[in-house]
Amino acid sequence: MTELSPRDPTPLLPIDWAYAAAPESREIVTIAERYGLFIGGEWVEPRAGASFTTCSPRDEEPLAEIAQAGAADVAAAVDAARAAFPGWSGLAGSERAKYLFRIARLLQERAREFAVLESLNGGKPIKESRDVDLPLAAAHFFYHAGWADKLEYAFPNRSPRPLGVVGQIIPWNFPLLMLAWKLAPALAAGNTAVLKPAETTPLTALAFCELLLQAELPAGVVNIITGDGATGAALVEAAVDKIAFTGSTEVGKEIQRRLAGSGTRLTLELGGKAANIVFDDAALDQAVEGIVNGIYFNQGHVCCAGSRLLVQESIAEAAVEKLKQRMASLRVGDPLDKNTDVGAINSRAQLTKIEQLVAAGSAEGADIYQPPCRLPEKGYWFAPTVFTNVAQSHRIAREEIFGPVLAVLTFRTPQEAVEKANNTPYGLSAGVWTEKGSRILWMAERLRAGVVWANTFNRFDPASPFGGYKESGFGREGGRHGLEPYLAFESA
Amino acid sequence: MARLPVRKTYKLFIGGAFPRSESGRTYGAQGCNVARASRKDARDAVSAARAAQPRWAAQSAYNRGQVLYRIAEMMEARTAEFAGLSSGRDEVERSIDRWVWYAGFADKLSQLLGSANPVAGPYFNFSVPEPTGVVAIVAPEEPALLGLVSRIAPALVGGNAVVAIASEGAPLAAIELAEALATSDLPGGAVNLLTGQRAELAPWLASHMDVNAIDLTGAGGLAPALERAGADNVKRVVHGAADSQGLAEISAFLELKTVWHPIGL
Repeated sequence: MTELSPRDPTPLLPIDWAYAAAPESREIVTIAERYGLFIGGEWVEPRAGASFTTCSPRDEEPLAEIAQAGAADVAAAVDAARAAFPGWSGLAGSERAKYLFRIARLLQERAREFAVLESLNGGKPIKESRDVDLPLAAAHFFYHAGWADKLEYAFPNRSPRPLGVVGQIIPWNFPLLMLAWKLAPALAAGNTAVLKPAETTPLTALAFCELLLQAELPAGVVNIITGDGATGAALVEAAVDKIAFTGSTEVGKEIQRRLAGSGTRLTLELGGKAANIVFDDAALDQAVEGIVNGIYFNQGHVCCAGSRLLVQESIAEAAVEKLKQRMASLRVGDPLDKNTDVGAINSRAQLTKIEQLVAAGSAEGADIYQPPCRLPEKGYWFAPTVFTNVAQSHRIAREEIFGPVLAVLTFRTPQEAVEKANNTPYGLSAGVWTEKGSRILWMAERLRAGVVWANTFNRFDPASPFGGYKESGFGREGGRHGLEPYLAFESA
Repeated sequence: MARLPVRKTYKLFIGGAFPRSESGRTYGAQGCNVARASRKDARDAVSAARAAQPRWAAQSAYNRGQVLYRIAEMMEARTAEFAGLSSGRDEVERSIDRWVWYAGFADKLSQLLGSANPVAGPYFNFSVPEPTGVVAIVAPEEPALLGLVSRIAPALVGGNAVVAIASEGAPLAAIELAEALATSDLPGGAVNLLTGQRAELAPWLASHMDVNAIDLTGAGGLAPALERAGADNVKRVVHGAADSQGLAEISAFLELKTVWHPIGL
């Protein structure tokens, strides 16, 4: 089979194309055997002494014992934040800014360590934690640092002032990045915070506490309490001035109910069922990359994932064919392998939910396709999946799956695409693929979603406001608009 | 012989028409028999608002501003009638001026509330305010006219459609306002006014799954229960001011949309 080049007489050696893993070293990460709660700038034991084990979803390896905060611990954390508030809010904005800049720099310096820890605890590919989560988390602190002494410019004539103590509850899909989205604007505005990371992914938040000690952030400005939903519920009912929640629509509604009549401020960033709309004139190869990025990025554990593909009927067959080919080249496996495209499903519970919805998709009559791929034996895994012949009434077209599962629907006219895209109680994001500029703007105007990606998907930036319409929540994170929910204003 | 005056029948304002309550009920207020709206009337009003909202929002901001200004013109011509149905001339004039103030805001919102965002990558990224959709308003008991105008105008100027529950004790100014709205080139259904019992009507609007936001400025002690009901579809809950005007009053009824597009050859 070897060929001789006329210029180079050396025969090419046959190459062995067997896969070679490129694992990222774990050596950089030190995980303690057990963690307490970070309250008032110190590690403290939970009053009730309860704890749970956090594992790696890639092989169910136990990583550490995590404290389960009870209501008394939550109250202590809120007290610590309350005590720290006068000092922090009284600090010159320019000094607050410097703390945030310092945190951003420390995150950049320790980025690799945090990336490995994130992939280990959460299951996302190291490629993503290294190239997306960490750079963006650092960028969020750097961006908001600059606002700390410029709030008067952001809200002229409105005398912005901080709210006080904010309670923040974040999900497991982007653990450190969501922490950054929450803490950076809250601190820049002069608030102090009590933050609860997700039950399954507490480790980067706990490592972040060590980083705060390095930054010499005043004690009590940030308090991190770990635990399950009960801890979150206790935080919602604690004496805080604001709750910021990112998570499921179901829990978001429950929080809104509990806070009814309390006067506690609330912002919610909830679920989604985004339509990714591909017109017949789209650059198809780019669109297919966007579809893949839209739904298989972070195993589909993305609230704004493009989980409904709306493709124009005339190109549906070709688009789906290309998509299937592309899916076959996705590498599913060890999150710490630098070649991995799709990592581990975050938890057993989430895997079960995905499996149930996928079973419903088949039972309701949609056609399933999964590329041939060997899944690891241990851990939680789900192959990239696409459903065709999907009806709008199918559960897989209506419910948020939060996994690597795409539902393909078709449309004929732009009006029909808008109609179908908006036919959901959610309204977080949408995608449009077409080469026609006027059509992009026409579509963008009509899609009822807080973020519209045109000829791209799943892009994030601290300067870009993010948040939903309808049941995807209210309030924005990022940009000048993201500061507003963390500030009170002089009434007119 | 003195001429016998023709009295007015006070009815609801739904979808640009003036129907009686489908329930056939009235209640006594300000010496008149006023329509007492039912759950069904409230739901009809929401349907009318939903149907009208896209058309109202699709009008240019310049055009919406002119319609709001036209409302002020129509009120000005009825100053005497409004004065007799409210606390007097001062309240009427302030209500008219409030419409004028908001009219001039329609085509300023995007520049004040939107932005071009400097993202770290080759993308053009911009944010624009958009209407939340259908807004239910529990108007303040008093001032009956100025309170109602102060709550409707900021929701309307941003492109929302409104279903408002008028002051229970002094509902006549609201119906008079409906007559001004009906002659102001406002699309039928963009504003719907219900008279009746607040405690009976508000819960149906708060729990209605096709209402996007609820303004509880006039809800008083009903507010906690209404907020709880509103959570069923993650309603935006607004506690506004009965007598003030401001950009924040408008933005409470707006969403923010951010659009990304790559820059390249």
